[in-house]
Amino acid sequence: MDMGQLPILIPLPLFVMALVVPLAALARPGAAFPLALAAAAASATASALALAAVLDGGPMSYALGGWAPPLGIEYVVDHVAAYVSVVVTSVSLLVIVGTRRWAVREAGDRLGPFYGLVLLLLAGLLGMVVTGDLFNLFVFLEISSLAAYALVFMGGRAGMVAGFRYLVLGTIGGALYLLGVGFVYFATGTLNMADVARILEVDSSGRAVQAGAVLIFTGLGIKMALVPLHLWLPDAYTHAPSSVSTLIAPVMTKVGAYAMLRMFLSVFPDGYLRDAVPVADALLVLGLAGIVLGSVAAMAQTDLRRMLAYSSIANLAMIAVGLGIGTPLALVAALLHVMNHAVMKAALFSAVASVRLATGSSSVGGLAGLGRRMPLTMAAFTLGAVSMVGIPPAAGFFSKWYMAQAGLQDGQWLVAVVVLGSSLMTAVYLFRVLERAYFDPPNGHPPDGHLGRAPLVAGAAPDAPDVGAAGESPADVVLPALALGAATIVLGVLNVAIVTNVLEPGV
Amino acid sequence: MIEEIAARFPYWATAALIVIGLYGMIAKRSLVKKLIGMNIMQSAIILFFIAGSLREGASVPILFEAGRGASAEDFVNPLPHVLMLTAIVVGVAITGVALAFLVRLREEFGTLDEESLLEQVRR
Repeated sequence: MDMGQLPILIPLPLFVMALVVPLAALARPGAAFPLALAAAAASATASALALAAVLDGGPMSYALGGWAPPLGIEYVVDHVAAYVSVVVTSVSLLVIVGTRRWAVREAGDRLGPFYGLVLLLLAGLLGMVVTGDLFNLFVFLEISSLAAYALVFMGGRAGMVAGFRYLVLGTIGGALYLLGVGFVYFATGTLNMADVARILEVDSSGRAVQAGAVLIFTGLGIKMALVPLHLWLPDAYTHAPSSVSTLIAPVMTKVGAYAMLRMFLSVFPDGYLRDAVPVADALLVLGLAGIVLGSVAAMAQTDLRRMLAYSSIANLAMIAVGLGIGTPLALVAALLHVMNHAVMKAALFSAVASVRLATGSSSVGGLAGLGRRMPLTMAAFTLGAVSMVGIPPAAGFFSKWYMAQAGLQDGQWLVAVVVLGSSLMTAVYLFRVLERAYFDPPNGHPPDGHLGRAPLVAGAAPDAPDVGAAGESPADVVLPALALGAATIVLGVLNVAIVTNVLEPGV
Repeated sequence: MIEEIAARFPYWATAALIVIGLYGMIAKRSLVKKLIGMNIMQSAIILFFIAGSLREGASVPILFEAGRGASAEDFVNPLPHVLMLTAIVVGVAITGVALAFLVRLREEFGTLDEESLLEQVRR
């Protein structure tokens, strides 16, 4: 196979199948899930091959439709893009497997359109990852966002309201990004990222470029839920269907963060976002504020999904801090955290989805005694939690460690303090969950021999705690969650290899 | 001041429309009005791109006859128009999805007033 085609092969299977799946499901509803899974697997394979090819032969460029860049749209797969697309596709693959039961329950007879939207969401995200064109990035950003709005809207009455508010705020973000691209385009006369970088390298004095940079980062800030632009996120993640929040919480905002990183690495000249416009300083301050605010808000939540949503805000803020410091070590830490947070948040959300599947509840109080009754699910949750807190050798420790080091090297001791503090606060809100699950006696009835999955079968009210009847979730729910939990340890052990081989050449 | 505004009229119009749109999206309680504000803001950005493509004394970028007007100076920049065609498509898609949401919200809650929607959800 011609390796030069790999950049387009990453998003293409998803785009094609996003159209095919709803049509195929009209004829055979059962076909939706296997086809969606095949598309995600094809994209994951292309991503893995692309990563191998990049590690072997350096960055790849693909001229879309045969039109040579900078006039045509260019897809660029460098170390960073290949790495992020491998993370996004492999996490999504596991999540799609693990949430099949939820999808069947929540989408009902509309599984075809549901999986069509899921694939469209992933296609947009991966398009954002591989594109080397500013306007093309906008189009992919809106494709993925539109699919996400519709998926969140499927989450019942509260999800509908959250979905519409997400749409309004997300569209403001997209519009501001587009306006910023307009400023940059009229100042430089090009939309190709590498070309913009070349032109700005020579002359970046214009005020139009400064305005463009600020607008681009404000727009992307909304999409990645940077404090104080995060207000859409908690409701969207809490009220979205379980099959949806498990997917969008790990990957969606992370790609927004990646788009910001792209601006630092490939669009604006080195130091421009620090010296000419104070974007880096703003990211640093808002990031530090976001870590504290997100962690404090997470401690106050009694619903697991809402708690994890606020914890997402804190962790995205951590990535913003890495961009704000801007040294190579800090960018490596931010990128490592993109992967670590995607994997551990997927493990946590998958475990919560499994708990809700078995018990019908996602409140912290409803977890009592689950450590014994759902040992595998709670093992996945524990692995994710250990990594979130940052206990070696779990992956989460290393990105926080690099981040704190990067802060100290740059003389920003506050970064080290806040990163350490965030670990303590994460321990407070996650170990509280573990304590409840492992040490509290069950508050329901003891299992009476046949471990019935009452809510799933009998259709009980979705949020009525019924822990007494709960047993372990089926294997196809638990195993992906466990795999994600185990991955946090494996990736933690492998972190040096990832950093030296993939991330350091990339930044 | 007035000369400054007149010289850069499209930009001031863009800024004014964006502010009007943002005001509608943030301050209005009716979700329909929020959606209208969103459309105003998107239109403002389309206006901004089109205004940026113009050039004094230039014509549409079509080569009428060989030899005449072959210089790039004689044409307006066609690229922003093409970009805005795509942006309009994106905008129509978002508006379409949003209108579908509004229909479903209205069926489910019987109102499109934000305060009363949030109150019903909380209960």
